This record gives sequence, structure tokens and C-alpha cells, in this order.
Amino acid sequence: MEPEGSPSRPMIDEIHSNGGINLCDGDVDDEPSIDDTTTTTTNNRPIISSGEQLDVEAYGGLYQGRTKIMRLLFIAENCEGNPAMRLEALRMAHDEIKKGENTQLYREVVQKIDGELGPNYAMDSAWCDSVDRRADQKKEKLENELNAYRTNLIKESIRMGYNDFGDFYYAHGALGDAFKSYVRTRDYCTTSKHIIHMCLSAILVSIEMGQFTHVTSYVSKAEQSPEALDPITAAKLRCAAGLAHLEAKKYKLAARKFLETGSELGSHYNEVIAPQDVATYGGLCALASFDRAELKSKVIDNVNFRNFLELVPEVRELINDFYSSHYASCLDYLGNLKANLLLDIHLHDHVETLYDQIRNKALIQYTHPFVSVDLQMMANAFKTTVAGLEKELEALITDDQIQARIDSHNKILYARHADQRNATFQRVLQTGNEFDRDVRSMLLRANLIKHEYNLRAARKH
Amino acid sequence: MNSLEGVVVQIQGLSSSAGDISRLHVILKQAEESLRSESTRLSPILNQLDPSNHSLGYLYILEACTSASVSKEQAAMLVPYIARFISYCAPEQIRLAPEKFIAVCKRFKDQVMLLGTPMRGVAPLQAAVRKLQNSSEHLTTLHPEFLLLCLLAKCYKTGLSILEEDIFEVDQPRDLFLYCYYGGMICIGQKRFRKALELLHNVVTAPMSSINAIAVEAYKKYILVSLIHNGQFSTSLPKYTSSAAQRNLKNHCQPYIELANSYSTGKIAELEQYVQTNEEKFESDNNLGLVKQVVSSMYKRNIQRLTQTYLTLSLQDIANTVQLNSPKEAEMHVLQMIQDGEIFATINQKDGMVRFLEDPEQYKSCEMIERIDSSIQRIMSLSRKLTTMEEQMSCDPQYLAKAGRERQRFDFDDFDTVPQKFNI
Repeated sequence: MEPEGSPSRPMIDEIHSNGGINLCDGDVDDEPSIDDTTTTTTNNRPIISSGEQLDVEAYGGLYQGRTKIMRLLFIAENCEGNPAMRLEALRMAHDEIKKGENTQLYREVVQKIDGELGPNYAMDSAWCDSVDRRADQKKEKLENELNAYRTNLIKESIRMGYNDFGDFYYAHGALGDAFKSYVRTRDYCTTSKHIIHMCLSAILVSIEMGQFTHVTSYVSKAEQSPEALDPITAAKLRCAAGLAHLEAKKYKLAARKFLETGSELGSHYNEVIAPQDVATYGGLCALASFDRAELKSKVIDNVNFRNFLELVPEVRELINDFYSSHYASCLDYLGNLKANLLLDIHLHDHVETLYDQIRNKALIQYTHPFVSVDLQMMANAFKTTVAGLEKELEALITDDQIQARIDSHNKILYARHADQRNATFQRVLQTGNEFDRDVRSMLLRANLIKHEYNLRAARKH
Repeated sequence: MNSLEGVVVQIQGLSSSAGDISRLHVILKQAEESLRSESTRLSPILNQLDPSNHSLGYLYILEACTSASVSKEQAAMLVPYIARFISYCAPEQIRLAPEKFIAVCKRFKDQVMLLGTPMRGVAPLQAAVRKLQNSSEHLTTLHPEFLLLCLLAKCYKTGLSILEEDIFEVDQPRDLFLYCYYGGMICIGQKRFRKALELLHNVVTAPMSSINAIAVEAYKKYILVSLIHNGQFSTSLPKYTSSAAQRNLKNHCQPYIELANSYSTGKIAELEQYVQTNEEKFESDNNLGLVKQVVSSMYKRNIQRLTQTYLTLSLQDIANTVQLNSPKEAEMHVLQMIQDGEIFATINQKDGMVRFLEDPEQYKSCEMIERIDSSIQRIMSLSRKLTTMEEQMSCDPQYLAKAGRERQRFDFDDFDTVPQKFNI
């Protein structure tokens, strides 16, 4: 392998030994404490850890409100082969639902539990009925109040009335009605604080409903009055925007939004997203879509985002590994995180795409500085076989992401830079031919049309 | 008999100068009916006339001769007369009566086909085309007839020589459609796929108020040639295609569009499967040979794609990637492609390896410079043509009248009313 220039010996050794020997992250069995990160705070916030199973209780503790329930249900549904985790998730979901007033969800959860958790978790119809009755009463009361306010035409009261309605519907799981109610307050908002409140509520319901187009529009609406935005609200809006972009598969934009989120967010937005998630989503999207310069300036040197990365040291490590070309360990981390990321309600259907993109970027970055690369060494670095590597490289070359050609006989990859002069000549000749052909066809068609026009004119006279 | 003799005398007498000829023309037009009634007795008269001097008269008499339907023996007798006439006639005289000339040539073609010897008609019709054309850019009704005979006689090269000329003036749209369609078929026969694509494209995108069968057949071949030459096919027709074509063409060519979809997946087995299931349809359109070429072009395209990613590759790997049955077959394909100049490679039989090379063209040779230079000249003359056409158009009174009507009421700078119409 001949890299261009003559680097010092240690670097060559390091590159050769990219197969990953004495990088301490190799052990994945112990608790997530990476030795060389001295700045790991003794934060007792639980972390999505590598290799280990997801600690459902700790995970659930990160969130509150409806999103906690939905996330737990999602975990229960998707952790095949792990009945213990499933039951744990269902149990926690059940407890959380019982604290609220959503009988529909309650019925679903009880059905899923199916008596496996003992008599405490059987169907409590009495509770359901009493909650429903209370709900009807409350609804009537709210309606009466609202009508009274409407006749009195007091803007502020009407607004509060609709807000209460929205909260009521949300608590009972009627998301569509909740959204409509919140949106109705718009006509009665007088200060920008009101507008922001409305936007935040609308965003919350939209995220729960999965309608992310609304999220984007309400975020931009809220950001139109920047003076009323305190840092926490601004951070919340950024997160929401990031989520919307993530759902729309616009990973670059999502990454940018997550990276701009202020660290004041803390756990203030638990009803939507936890700070660990901000770090994970932002880090992975950035890795998959940013180029090297942007990665360095916006992620690695970003003091603000560092606070988030502290919470998920694995993501921080894997970003650093990627940047310093330790691909084997980077891909190791990714592999370990994968199982738990698949249980995340927002990220699960993007995991494969993001992982593919990160892997492709790693391959491209690996081959970039070299004139020729030995495929055997590269296969070791990426922990794959030469045949598999050849296939991956072939796909990347066909896609024009790597400019190189494979010598399959000797298993070497040679960089190939297009000959500009020849390419230009070819293009020139081709363009000339196309122009020739198109103009001739045009003249012919014009002639035909003129002929037809003349015919018609002749017939008219 | 008298009138007939009289006509002959007139012809012989009045064929010398331009003024005489126009008088002769008038006389002949008047005598047309009587000539027709005596069609059976006209053949011996032809011997009294000289085709090169008395072209106009000869033409009228020939036309009258052939106006009735002829049997095979009569055809056999007439064909040499007509052939001789066409070679010797004077262009200025026959251009006075072009419809008659066209009619005679068409009947000549019919007779030649009746006799089952299309080859005999190729040379005469080629001469006829040249004599009838006003200029080399003019498309006459005889062009498609000529191309049809070339196709039937399998004289593709002769057909190609006519096709090389650019056409800009057209008498009848139907002529253009047939000309381009037959021309496309000749080019396909000669494996000049780029030109075939161009001709078929002209048919498909020509202005037409309602769809016609020629366009449908042309579209089918267009799809196939596009697959062979470009490796892809897009179902969207350009904007300037007539709306009738855009709406209806696809409905009539469904099997071909599905073939194109199957081709784009890149899986040879699927493609062959599809071809096999729909063999009768392709056969009935006489396109089966072309479809088979499409299938083999897929192998070629896959191998070409390999040249972009690999420097050397074993024959076994090539066979696997391109889904051929054995390295031997792969070797044969690669060899054929090297010989056709479609890829640049060397085969090392000892290792069973193929080494792909870069295109050796350096664009530094004299021929290349000449080629570029002639391209530039061509394009410059085309540009000039475009400019002339635009100037003509902007002076055309009908155009000005229409454009004048659509101008603004007030000219903002002068606050004067702008004249609504150009009164010419």
C-alpha cells in the first residue's frame, strides 16, 4: 500500500492495524464506561447502552406523558424473542395509562397483557366506566363554559376554553379533535406568547399523530416571533423541526436542527424527546450526511452539542472514531447500538438507511487519500471478506462515489482520475451531433406545420 | 387513329424549345381523354418517340398506357419501356407534369412487384427520384416508393445513399411518415441505429392531428431501437409531439413498453421469459428479429458496465455477473465486442483474465481534427438556415397580422395607442 507522500511510521502502523486491536472499546460486555473519556460525568441519567439489553425501566423514566406510553408499547411490540422485556414494557405502560384517563389505550394494553402479569393487571372495567363517566361530565361542563364565554365574547376566556378542550381530548386519546381545538385558539390569541403556546400544543399533537407536515408549518409559525421565545422554547422548536426532517428522510437538515438545539433543553421536552435522543439522532444523521469539514466544525467542535453527547458516550466515541479513521471500532459501536435503536419509535425505520450511508461514507473516506489500496487490508479494516468488499466497492464505483477501478486479479483498487481533455472532446462531439439532429428535426417540423397551415388557408379561401 | 397520329406529330414537332413545350403541354392536356380511350393501341407508338427529346409527350402516352390495370405479360412488356424512359427523360420537361410522372412511377413499382423482381426497379426509381426533386432537400412522393423497393430487394446500401441527404421540404406529410419509417427500417438493417432512431423519432413526433398506423408501427420500432442503442427508454415523449400522439401511441404498443420495463430491471432471465411468452405478438408485427437483438444488447450493456468498475476481471466472474452460462460463452461475447469496437480489452487465455483498457482515442489525430472541423461547418450552415427561416417568417404578412393583433393596447413609453393591425 503506497499512500501519497511519506508519512511517519506510526501512522502507517496505525492504518495497517485498523483491524482494531488495542482500542479499548472492543469489550462490549461491561457497563458503558469508556476508560479514556475523563469527562464522563457521574450522571445518573440512564443511557441506551451497547450490547446490553435496553433497560426498559430506565428508558421509560426518560419520558413522560403519552409519548412514554407509546414508546413502551412500541418496545413491547417489537422486541421479539424477549418476553421478559415485553412484559416489563407492557407493565410500565399499564401503570402509566392508569395514571391518565385514556380508556381506549387501557383496553388495548390489557388485551396485550392477556393476564400474563397476574390479577393486578387484569381488566378493571370499574375504573374504565368511572373514567368514562367523569369524562362525559367534564365534557359537558367544558362545553357549557365555552358557550358561556362565546356569548360573552371575551377573547381570553374563549381561548382558555378551547385550550382546555384540547387538553381534555388529548388526555382521552382523541388526537384529531385535540388538534382541531388547539388550532381554533388561533383566532383568539392576542400576544405572541399565546401563539407560541398554541404552536407548541399543535406540534405535540401532530407528533403523536405522526403528521409531520403540520409540525414543520407550526414550527415556522412559532419562530416568526423570536422575541417571545425563551431558550427552552427555542430548543423545543428545534427538536420538533429536527424530528420532522428525520421523518421526511432529510437527514442533513435534521442533523443541522438537532445540532442547533440549545443545551437548556434538558428534560423539559420529555413529553416528546429526551436529550439522549437529541444526541443520538443528531450524531447519526450528521455522520451519515455531513462531509468531513462540516462534521468537524458542527459536531466535534460544537461546545453546545458536547453536553448532549456526554449523555451517550458511545455516539461520541463512534463519531470521533469515524473522524480519525478508526473504522473498525466505529462500525463496532454502530453494530452494538443497532438492536436498541430499532426499538426507538422515531428512528427504527431509518436505522438501515443511516447505517448504510455511514458505512458507505467510511468506505469512500478510506479510499480517498490513496492511489492504490490492497483489498485484503481494507477487508480486514472493515471486518468483511474480500469478495463482499468487492461487491460493495463495485456498487459505490457504479454510483460514481468512488473514482477508482478494481483489479480483480490482484485484488487491488486503483484510483482513477477521469481524463478531462478526452471527456471534453467527447462531450463536444456529442453536443454537436445532438444540436445537428435537433435543429434538422425542428426545421422539418416547422416545414410540416407551415404546409398544414397553408393547406388550411388554401381550403378556407 | 387520326387524332393519335396527330398527337404524335405534334409531340415530335413541338419538343424543341421551352415555348413549344408549353404549347405542347396544353395540347396534350386536351388530348388526354382520347389518349386514355385508346390505351391498348398506344404501345407501338412509343417506338416512334424518343424519350429524351420528347419526354413530355412520351410521359403522357405512357400514363395513358398504364392507366388501365395490366396483366403479368403486359407488365413484363411495359417494364423495360418505363425503365428506359426514366433513365433518359429530360427533367425540365417532366417537371411540368409531376403528378403524371409520379403516377407512372408508382405503377411501374406495382408492375415490378407483380413480376416478383423488385431489384429491377431499384435503379430506375433512384434516377426518378433525382430527376423529380427540386433540390436535394426536397422530399417527393417517390422517395418512400424507392425505399420500399430497396427494402423488398434488400438493397440497403442504395437506400442509404438517399437517406444521407437532409430533408427540409415536404410535399405531403404522408410521404414523410412513410419515408422515415422505411428509412428507419433500412438503417436498422444496416445496423446504423443512431440514424434509425433519428428517423423514427421524426415520425413519432411529427405534427399530426390524428394518430395513424405508420406512427404506431414506427413507435414500436422506436422503442426497440432505443433499447438497443441507448440501453434505456423513457415513455415520455418530447413536448413538441402532437397531443394525439401523446395520448394514444402508448395504448397501441403495450407489449413493447412492458418489454422496456423488463429491460430496465437488468435481469436477463426475466427479459428472455417475457420475450418467450409474447413471441407471437412480436412475430405478428414482424419485430421478432429486432426483439432478439434487444436481448443480446443487454448482455453487451452489462459487460460494458463492468469496464467502468474493473481493471481486470476473470472470465468466470464475467459469466457470473452477466448471467451467462460458462466462461467460454463470456469469452465469445467479449471477443465479439472487441471486434465490433464496442469495448477495448485484452483477453489473457492462460489466466482466464480479461484486462479492460481505456479508449485509445486521444483526439490528437488529423482525422479527428477534420471531423471536428466539418462538424463545425455543418452546424454553422444549419445556424444560417435557421436565421434565414426566422427572417422569412418575421416578414410574412400573415404572421405579422396575427402578432399585431395580440399586442398591448398602449405603448407605455409614448402613451400613444399602438396600431392594432398591420394593414397591408
